[in-house]
Amino acid sequence: MAELRVMRDALLPPQQPPAERRHLLSVADLSKEDIERLLGTARSFARSLEREMKKLPTLRGRLVVNVFYESSTRTSSSFELAAKRLSADTMSIKASGSAVDKGESLKDTALTLGAYDPDVIVMRHPQIGAAHFVAGVTGVHVVNAGDGKHQHPTQALLDLYTLQDEFGRLEGLHVAIVGDVLHSRVARSLVQALDLVGARTTLVGPPTLLPRGVEAMGCETSTDIRAIGAADVVYVLRMQRERMLEGANYVPSLREYAERWGVTPERLRAGQKVMHPGPMNRGVEIDPRVADASDALIEGQVRAGLVTRMAVLYDLLTSGPVGVKAAQLTEVA
Amino acid sequence: MLFSKTAPGENLIVRGARVLDPVEKIDAVLDVRVDGGTIAEIGARLDPNAHRVVEAEGLTLAPAFVDPHVHLRTPGREDEETIASGTRAAAAGGYCAILAMPNTDPVVDSAAVLGSLVETAQAEAEVPVGFLAAISKGLDGAELTEMAELADAGAAGFSDDGMPVTAPGLMRMALQYGAVTDRPLALHCEEPTLSRSGQMHEGSVSAELGLAGYPSVAESLMVERDLSLAAYEGRPVHLLHLSARESVDAVRRARATGVRATAEVTPHHLCLTDEAVRSLDSNVKMNPPLRSTDDRTALVEGLRDGTIQAVATDHAPHARHEKEVPFEAAPFGVTGLETAFGALYTHLVESGLIPLELLLERMSAGPAEAYGLPAPRIAAGETANLVLLDTRGGWRVDENVFRSRSANSWLLGERLTGKVRMTVAAGRTVFEG
Repeated sequence: MAELRVMRDALLPPQQPPAERRHLLSVADLSKEDIERLLGTARSFARSLEREMKKLPTLRGRLVVNVFYESSTRTSSSFELAAKRLSADTMSIKASGSAVDKGESLKDTALTLGAYDPDVIVMRHPQIGAAHFVAGVTGVHVVNAGDGKHQHPTQALLDLYTLQDEFGRLEGLHVAIVGDVLHSRVARSLVQALDLVGARTTLVGPPTLLPRGVEAMGCETSTDIRAIGAADVVYVLRMQRERMLEGANYVPSLREYAERWGVTPERLRAGQKVMHPGPMNRGVEIDPRVADASDALIEGQVRAGLVTRMAVLYDLLTSGPVGVKAAQLTEVA
Repeated sequence: MLFSKTAPGENLIVRGARVLDPVEKIDAVLDVRVDGGTIAEIGARLDPNAHRVVEAEGLTLAPAFVDPHVHLRTPGREDEETIASGTRAAAAGGYCAILAMPNTDPVVDSAAVLGSLVETAQAEAEVPVGFLAAISKGLDGAELTEMAELADAGAAGFSDDGMPVTAPGLMRMALQYGAVTDRPLALHCEEPTLSRSGQMHEGSVSAELGLAGYPSVAESLMVERDLSLAAYEGRPVHLLHLSARESVDAVRRARATGVRATAEVTPHHLCLTDEAVRSLDSNVKMNPPLRSTDDRTALVEGLRDGTIQAVATDHAPHARHEKEVPFEAAPFGVTGLETAFGALYTHLVESGLIPLELLLERMSAGPAEAYGLPAPRIAAGETANLVLLDTRGGWRVDENVFRSRSANSWLLGERLTGKVRMTVAAGRTVFEG
């Protein structure tokens, strides 16, 4: 019943946004109820997309600005399409070719964009805290589409959506996340999200790439790839070569990494599901046979990205429960 | 070694304050009379002798504070702080003397640069200020500065603060050659291959936030190295801004075996932990970083038992636009001169962690002695260096209250108890509020 209600509401223009600006900056700001609501909304949007006329009038007249300071295919295209499917106007800014190239500060860029009176700013930035910062200086809803190694909350939501689609539940699932956890905003967001919904997480990777103290987030760790055997799902992280400092020696070589921690068909149980946030390094963290196998949910993740991002935009712009709360923003002096 | 504007000493009488001097072991309600900038008499119901009378009932009169670690950003970043603005801030914080670090642009690594600072201080410093000179030329850790000439030109000590003296060989040479002066070496202990691009303390909070970890061992390893070298050379060292339990333990052990080591700690490390970084507020980003609850506990213990004898603000002003950026892009450092007493009174004394007398000693005599400066004392015949404190009054830390040119305080918006009402430095009233 709840889903039907969302459908009906989804066809109406949103009410005035509440006075308190809501943002989606970190999974840490979400409650279990927020996640359930967002996934429910996403499911109803998935059904609407099955119709011939895929566009909903819901956010007509709204402006969604996508600001990407880092390259992205999946996230930027799905946010743009999500906004368009909801009839919002969109504008996309990339760091290269903009005033950022001329040394404009993030504050001035944010204020400039804010002057167009957008409803939502979707931002990806290489520096941790960038989305929090923009949320603090503009009066606009901000969605964090990735801030450095910190957070990528919509990725975690789409991963939960994919898992729920596949298993029909989230509680009690066991997910093994394999690879470069240290540099992964995807892993950080997903661990928090899985913990919220009552799933179990095991992080697997080289000792140098498992952050010290990470168990406090509600997960287990192992340096032995065989630890993935017990999981329902193996979530393979990208080996982020571009994040590796020169000569940092996190792993002696990608070759040794692939041999020790690469996810191969031999290391998987029959029927074990595999996920990857993309883009993949085939032959490094994931064997191409695994990537192409029918047990891979990777394409499903991409499809889920569209509807969960539609749900996030819808949720922020309607006066639903204030669950996606603003982070503690101390004024910077 | 300390330089300021010269002005005739004042005549005044502070009446009815609780006079609290942990060194002189005074704790009584008394009057203190200052004649021509010198403490003339301490007693009950003194004759005002036509002096200006400061009614101080209910307030506490203590020896004024000494800050052994301040960044005055001059020369090079006068937009962030000048000698005039920094010493006005010091006056408002209750300080009668401050020591400025040499990591300016240009670096204070020659008698010429030091001489120009001394001249400026003599023209515009409200509160006596001493200048440390660099250990290595350009702070690049390769060649020693002309330490003898710098000492003659008035250097209060030597430090590459902001950077470690990375090479043990150069550190040893600095200890050996430094013996030609009687000035202390003040060491910023950080092993750079361990701290690397660290943004915050390495632990469960950094794991969650994804910020690169700056582990406590990056500090304590260097502390151990420097203590070993100091022991071997039989030379004293002063260790700057300790942040980790292991560092405090190392200093305590070394002192027990006779190493002449002194150490300091900042108000922010005594009051906050890495949990504060969850706010991603760039005003809780500093080097060394805020550490765990266990580290904070060890710092308070170290302060209490004297392993750490000095509170140092590490006052590090930054331009507004340079801190108004995402956490990861922000420079390290926070201001502290104007909030140190209030912060420590509120977080340590009011909460029962340390007694007021101890705090006063660690903010005054402790740091003075670490640098071989005379400790401010409330005794007849001493130059008047006094701070009048209101330990009942609350105040809100607001950007507009600062005399400093910068407002990158970790306390913005916070309500503090403990306020400086008057500061007398070198016999002159430099602040009343």
